[in-house]
Amino acid sequence: MNNKDFEFLPNDFELVGQEKILINDETFAGQSYWRDLLSRFTQNKGAIAGLIFIVLVIIMAIFGPKISGHTYDAQIITHQNLAPRIQGIEKLGIFDGSEEMNTSTGTKLQNKYISEDTTVTTGLEKVYYWFGTDVLGRDIFTRTWTGTRISLYIALVAVLVDMCFGMIYGLVSGYFGGKVDMVLQRFAEILNGIPTLVIVTLLILVIKPGLITITIALAITGWIGMSRIARAQVLKLKEQEFILASKTLGAKNLFIIFKEILPNIFGQLIVMSMFSIPNAIFTEAFLAFIGLGVPQPLASLGSLISDAFKSFTTHPYMIVFPVIVLAVIMLSFNLLADGLRDAFDPKMKEM
Amino acid sequence: MKKYIIKRIIISVITLVVILLVLFLMLELMPGSPFNDEKLNEAQKAVIRAKYGLDKPIFVRFLNYIKAMLSGDFGVSYTISKNTPITTLLQSRLPISLRIGGQAILIGTMIGLTLGIIAAIKHNTIYDTITTVISVLGVSLPSYVFAMTLIYSMGFKLKWFPLLYQMDAPIYSSVLPTVSLCMFTVATVARFTRTEMLEVLGSDYMLLAESKGINSFHLIFKHALRNALIPIITVLAPLVVGLMTGSLVIEKLFSIPGIGSLLVSAIQSNDYNVVVALTFIYSLMYIGIMLVVDILYGVIDPRIRLAKGDKNE
Repeated sequence: MNNKDFEFLPNDFELVGQEKILINDETFAGQSYWRDLLSRFTQNKGAIAGLIFIVLVIIMAIFGPKISGHTYDAQIITHQNLAPRIQGIEKLGIFDGSEEMNTSTGTKLQNKYISEDTTVTTGLEKVYYWFGTDVLGRDIFTRTWTGTRISLYIALVAVLVDMCFGMIYGLVSGYFGGKVDMVLQRFAEILNGIPTLVIVTLLILVIKPGLITITIALAITGWIGMSRIARAQVLKLKEQEFILASKTLGAKNLFIIFKEILPNIFGQLIVMSMFSIPNAIFTEAFLAFIGLGVPQPLASLGSLISDAFKSFTTHPYMIVFPVIVLAVIMLSFNLLADGLRDAFDPKMKEM
Repeated sequence: MKKYIIKRIIISVITLVVILLVLFLMLELMPGSPFNDEKLNEAQKAVIRAKYGLDKPIFVRFLNYIKAMLSGDFGVSYTISKNTPITTLLQSRLPISLRIGGQAILIGTMIGLTLGIIAAIKHNTIYDTITTVISVLGVSLPSYVFAMTLIYSMGFKLKWFPLLYQMDAPIYSSVLPTVSLCMFTVATVARFTRTEMLEVLGSDYMLLAESKGINSFHLIFKHALRNALIPIITVLAPLVVGLMTGSLVIEKLFSIPGIGSLLVSAIQSNDYNVVVALTFIYSLMYIGIMLVVDILYGVIDPRIRLAKGDKNE
């Protein structure tokens, strides 16, 4: 702002007449909490997009492996390294089963489905692989959606661990306070001090890599963030009058925790558990990538990406679809969690 | 303040002991023994046990184990490079990992801060949208997706940078790994800086400073950023975790001879001693950084330092 000298002129101010300050009373219809929540949530375009994509991904994970006509583990040697080809769209010049091959003289377009010499048949003219096939001749479309199931399973595990363990741990620790809190918090702090990477590594030394190992690793470490949030929320609420009133009326501790406190903080806890989903999926994809994921011939998105990476300079299409699906899942859950947080508590800061 | 620091240190030490205990117990409970030779009689076995200190009570052996680990005596590698002391393996590999990790966190934080500040100053403009998109993408996509995109475009197609790490060109060939590793840092820092800056910029004391006629450079860097930086320190800990896990994948992708790729190959080839040594080193770094961050936070933010209980955790 400039430090100008201000001079007041006579017509800078005017008299406010009585007729001008009369404002008509406006009345708004009362809105219930959930309705308010819903309207705030639906205003957030990103969150709605996230939700739609999650529903689409779930539908594809359920039906995808069945509609392609292939199975996720059938290997057909003659169908190796086939580029994506989709009925109908192939006439447009995309997804017609051709791919660019890098040769010493430059690039060359090659189509393994239909041979250029019309007298020779490849036997593949009527074969369609929507996402192509991998080096062992397995259908990538089916494998991608089978892998998506694992990511969604991981998401479910993350939420369950948060809800069943982290929430109760935090509620108990915060509500009882004193020595209980002291012991529980020190335990959580020590566990939190051990990197997840180390816990997973040690688990793999004892148990074989696989879905169970990843589930256990998530169960050991996944709940700490949630328990902190739950505890902080309880600390805010437990000194309030309605809790005192409930206590005076003779309510038991369990009743107060689950019937009085929990409904009041449930929104924040849902948001927190939504935020832990991308983290958990991330962990699985990362483990699969360094070769510690689900064993073959099962596929997860991480292991598909890891396998495709070995040949991705020659056949880039193999890696594209799993990466896109993984990115869509991660993005959608992040957007959904962001939207939920804003809907539940617009003032809540980013965590 | 003293009490707070002492409490933090004690918890860190206990955490370290717990990790050592787990590692020790796993070693104890592993099946098999080096003395299963049937030619040895009981007396000979007893002599060998005494020689290696295995006849002592378990508590004494644990103390010896701690002593060995802390002095850097991790034993020898079984499979990766047979009978080489692990300390030798680490000597060449640790500096490379630390350098690339350091580059990533330094560059990532600087870019993230810049993006966050720009987004906050130009709130609700195209710059803000771009920063939000970058930060959502950076948090959502695993670092190996960035790495592979970079390898394919800049390494394979354009041939600007080498595909694999070259020992004789350490800076040039660490460009792509650093960029892919720092994406997560950029995203987290940018996102957090933006929120904090927006809050500070909307506060009453900023309005006061502005109405006093302080120029905008001073306003942003002296008044706003300093206050916004305090909470940003808290995200340093998750960033370090992100770098650790990220480095495993990135080092594997670019064949960087660091400790991340060593850990991956050690896990894959069941080289128990190497896994344990690296686990210990990772934990040590992590605990150390967490301790520094916690103390730093207490030093900077008086509310933490003065709080009697743990209510601000």
